[in-house]
Amino acid sequence: MKIPFFFLLACLPLLAEAQTIAPDALVKTITDEVAAVLKKDKDIQAGDTRKAGDLIETKIVPHFDFTRMARIAMARNWRAATPEQQKELTAEFKTLLVRTYSTALTNYRDQEIDYKPLRAKPEDTEVTVKSEVKQSGSSQPVPIDYEMEKTPNGWKVYDVKVDGVSLVTTYRDTFASEVREKGIDGLIKSLAAKNREPQSPKAGKS
Amino acid sequence: MVEAKRLCAALFFAGSLAGCATSGGNPADPLEPLNRTIFAFNDVADKAVLTPVAKGYRAVLPGFLRKGISNFFSNLEDVWISVNDVLQGKFQQGSEDFTRVIFNSTFGIAGLFDFASDVGLPKHNEDFGQTLGAWGLGSGPYLVIPLLGPSTFRDGFGLLVDGRADLVYQGVNDVPLRNSLYATRAISNRTNLLDATSIIEKAALDRYAFVRDAWLQRRRNLVYDGNPPREPEEPDDEPPK
Repeated sequence: MKIPFFFLLACLPLLAEAQTIAPDALVKTITDEVAAVLKKDKDIQAGDTRKAGDLIETKIVPHFDFTRMARIAMARNWRAATPEQQKELTAEFKTLLVRTYSTALTNYRDQEIDYKPLRAKPEDTEVTVKSEVKQSGSSQPVPIDYEMEKTPNGWKVYDVKVDGVSLVTTYRDTFASEVREKGIDGLIKSLAAKNREPQSPKAGKS
Repeated sequence: MVEAKRLCAALFFAGSLAGCATSGGNPADPLEPLNRTIFAFNDVADKAVLTPVAKGYRAVLPGFLRKGISNFFSNLEDVWISVNDVLQGKFQQGSEDFTRVIFNSTFGIAGLFDFASDVGLPKHNEDFGQTLGAWGLGSGPYLVIPLLGPSTFRDGFGLLVDGRADLVYQGVNDVPLRNSLYATRAISNRTNLLDATSIIEKAALDRYAFVRDAWLQRRRNLVYDGNPPREPEEPDDEPPK
């Protein structure tokens, strides 16, 4: 029974090949779309994080692999978690990231984004898409790198590095010490509690 | 320098004490209990003084003026940045950064405008801590410095050298004027970071650990000029292939 299964798996990427958009083109399309909305949306500019969150859910979330992100953040503790716990961890981690970046989006002010030429071979299944955001406040652009993997459903982002700081591995030590002190369920509870904190609509403005 | 030596001795002493206390287990941070205390102190100082002042500064001064002030200090920095380029053997980047200084000091009216960036000479981030890193010196333990914030033993030493090489320190003999320049620069830098700190509030379960881990990653990335070698992956974080 093993052979047909593997055969099927091997075929999946081939089937998807035709509709797969190149990773750098995908990132550019998504960020351009989101930036176009942000430029027009007065509510988000005024600090409406819920509206920013909706925008992230519809435009950005589908292109991320949150399971892999949670797995990388959990490191060795991932295997110790039951499938049920893994699911909860993934969901809570996703909510945390979406909430965080809803705040970030409300700070967006038509910054210019440059994309670096993609250095990858056609057969690569993992690539890094590099970009740079020009800041209005300072003269130094901030590099943003997207780590992407090829999946049957197209390219997915599994890590974003802002100025070299990974949005995923930065959580590793925090997660590890939470698990050490309170167990995996304790970590899930801490994440859920963090996610229940009120999302102040004027964060960072006042 | 006697002061610095005393500071180091005190830190080592505190470090050996801290070593006896339980620590969080990050091997890069053996001084965690001490660092957490300083972090908490810095946090209070930041919330009580620097953040309100920075917010006031942002509210009162128009954007173009804030940008001009930020550019002015940034241009002074570029001199020491180009020296560090050369110390690291990056001669082309060094000459580019020095050209930035010439260009911005003249056409950019004493550095108030950053024209060099517009003509394809982007700003770089270098300091003496990075130079030591490029020479192969490891970062040493993580260290939170009172009022200055996250650093490491290597970068803390780098900061001492940076402080001596600083053009505001070197070029301004009038103490009150020099101190006002220091203060203005600190406020200007803090203002540029207001949005970032509001994001950390949202992102972190444990702000101390989040700031530490982000800081260490960022420094590592800077030492490798944006292309660090992949860190050895944890044995269990990827499924077997």
